[in-house]
Amino acid sequence: MTELTKHKPTTIYIKPSKGLAALNLRDLWTYRELIFFMVWRDVKVKYKQTLLGMAWAVIQPVMTMLVFTFLFDKVAKLPTEGIPYPVFSFTALLPWGLFVVALNQGSRSLVAHNNMVTKIYFPRLILPMSSVFAGLVDFAIAFVILIALMFYYQVTPAWNLLWTLPLFLLLALITALGVALWLSAVNVKYRDVNQALPFLTQFWLFATPVAYSASVVSAKWQILYSLNPMAGVVNGFRWALLGAGNGPDITLWVSATISILIFVSGLFYFRSMEKTFADTI
Amino acid sequence: MTTAISVKNLGKKYQIGAAETKFRYNMLRDVLVDTMFAPVRLAKALVGKSDRRVNQNFVWALKDVSFDLDEGKVLGIVGRNGAGKSTLLKILSRVTEPTEGTVSVRGRVGSLLEVGTGFHPELTGRENIYMNGAILGMKRNEIDRNFDAIVDFSEVNQFIDTPVKRYSSGMYLRLAFAVAAHLEPDILVVDEVLAVGDAEFQRKCIGKMNDVAQQGRTVLFVSHNMSAILRLTQEAIVLKKGQLIKRAPTPEAVDFYLASGQAESGERVWEADEIPAASAPFRPVAIKIKERSGAVVDTVRSTEPVVIEFEYQLDAPVTGLRVGMYLNTMRGEYVFTAFDTDDAKQYEQFGARAAGRYVSRCEIPADFFNEGRYYLGVNASSFGVKRYFMDENAISFNVDISGAPGTQWPEMRQGPIRPRLNWKIEKID
Repeated sequence: MTELTKHKPTTIYIKPSKGLAALNLRDLWTYRELIFFMVWRDVKVKYKQTLLGMAWAVIQPVMTMLVFTFLFDKVAKLPTEGIPYPVFSFTALLPWGLFVVALNQGSRSLVAHNNMVTKIYFPRLILPMSSVFAGLVDFAIAFVILIALMFYYQVTPAWNLLWTLPLFLLLALITALGVALWLSAVNVKYRDVNQALPFLTQFWLFATPVAYSASVVSAKWQILYSLNPMAGVVNGFRWALLGAGNGPDITLWVSATISILIFVSGLFYFRSMEKTFADTI
Repeated sequence: MTTAISVKNLGKKYQIGAAETKFRYNMLRDVLVDTMFAPVRLAKALVGKSDRRVNQNFVWALKDVSFDLDEGKVLGIVGRNGAGKSTLLKILSRVTEPTEGTVSVRGRVGSLLEVGTGFHPELTGRENIYMNGAILGMKRNEIDRNFDAIVDFSEVNQFIDTPVKRYSSGMYLRLAFAVAAHLEPDILVVDEVLAVGDAEFQRKCIGKMNDVAQQGRTVLFVSHNMSAILRLTQEAIVLKKGQLIKRAPTPEAVDFYLASGQAESGERVWEADEIPAASAPFRPVAIKIKERSGAVVDTVRSTEPVVIEFEYQLDAPVTGLRVGMYLNTMRGEYVFTAFDTDDAKQYEQFGARAAGRYVSRCEIPADFFNEGRYYLGVNASSFGVKRYFMDENAISFNVDISGAPGTQWPEMRQGPIRPRLNWKIEKID
């Protein structure tokens, strides 16, 4: 032991929380370094003891894109508004990949770190948050590939719309985090979530315009279709990067509203369940 | 004097029974019926109404506990398993919320129950120090400042850039402890960590705890080891069934604890569903750890003999039977194995036993055990014919070494036994 700590001790009051728990964002801020370390650890460990290492971050989305291209372009010949299909689908695979990481890693984050949850205090929000953020690294790598693809197919980016991309990325993060918050908290008590995840992921992929264009959905179903928040995110990405689609219309606002609803309700549900995590996990 | 910890009417309620009712399937029919009702359960769970009969089973792990602790004091917490010690520490370190009551804690709580939490086998020692430090709430510059001290303390210097999955368990533990020990908490919580690691390491842990206490920090120390409690704390509280039943200077509290409140532990009763069908006609009933006076105890004094009593039922006559026990240390080393018919004469008389209820009783002499926790396994078999029943971890008990040979020196003695040997010292020149 070197010396006494210099910080002034602050008094913490521990008592049963009643009703809707306060969000306690200050605590989250105090532990911000932990978020960084968790993301760093996830990224560092992810490709350890693999032959191909970081190359997997490239191989996975590219292979998916190739399969889609074969099935939906060569065989099914789906319309893509004049954009080469590989670029068309890869643009959608970017936010989708982020969402899948959140869905799978995020939902399991509390249960996977149950020894941390049962042994020490830290804001539990950090676990789903850091697994979602860890997905951003793969996202960045895939983004570089997208740029290469656009060069190869000589697709000009929609320059005038590009500034909206960060907004859609934010929407993608909010959606992903919202779903991760809900599912991770439910998973603590009911491991049914683990069983439902593969099915849920697959179902959600079909319900999202990743492999196809949202325009194939007939007009009267568009509003119902946009209840899937990922539909708004994916359409937004295509619009911001490629200028495809109609741009923000009523369907985007419906999607975005749903995203924010999921996120806010997830936040409160998570916080209200948080006090029992250590006991029920 | 400033108050470091103030606990008022603290209570914690746990639900129990959910797991028990869930896994007690006796027949395939039950499983099928249960599956049929799955949609109903899902609906109930989603509207927040889980099964009624499950909800009614709860237990107060802590009830009406109040105490204040001044800054810089070292407080011992004693009580048998399930008395609420761990629950109290978990509430103080904010892992779980109390059901009622309040606690105010002045300063950062660091605990040695979280040793190695968040260690990842693929990361190197260096990376794990940073990772683990962050999990324990240390700032990065704090870790930087203490990094060398942590590495020195852990004695893994040359392996610091090796993934910890290549470490021996001892190295792993030392590194993990080193990080926790350098957290510089205002309040340190120690829970039985002294039971792990080799003697040299344990000595370091105690040294660390002393350092922390001498720097004027507050320490809460939970242990089953009465000599450690006596050595390290001035004051202690005794918990029993979730309630604080005594607070006194340590020697008085320990005497009180050893003399009372122990009645139900030191006994293991087998429920019908814990006995495999294959063990028939042998049916274990109960095993008890007793003092010579006959009192059932969880903690025995090494200076007094210990009686072990195994009660069982034979539903049919058995020939060639031997009923016995394995004794293990906490670390899983065998101390001895013995059977009730080891003696040839006993075997002649009891090798063939008629149906009925029996007790096999033996006495382990005084001055046998060293301090620590011991696990007792039981076995009933006919040699070379059949093993009827075996439970490798039937019961455990603590040994307290107050008054044992060599206790005038406050040190750990190696080895599971601590005999009182007949030393003769002669001057020969």
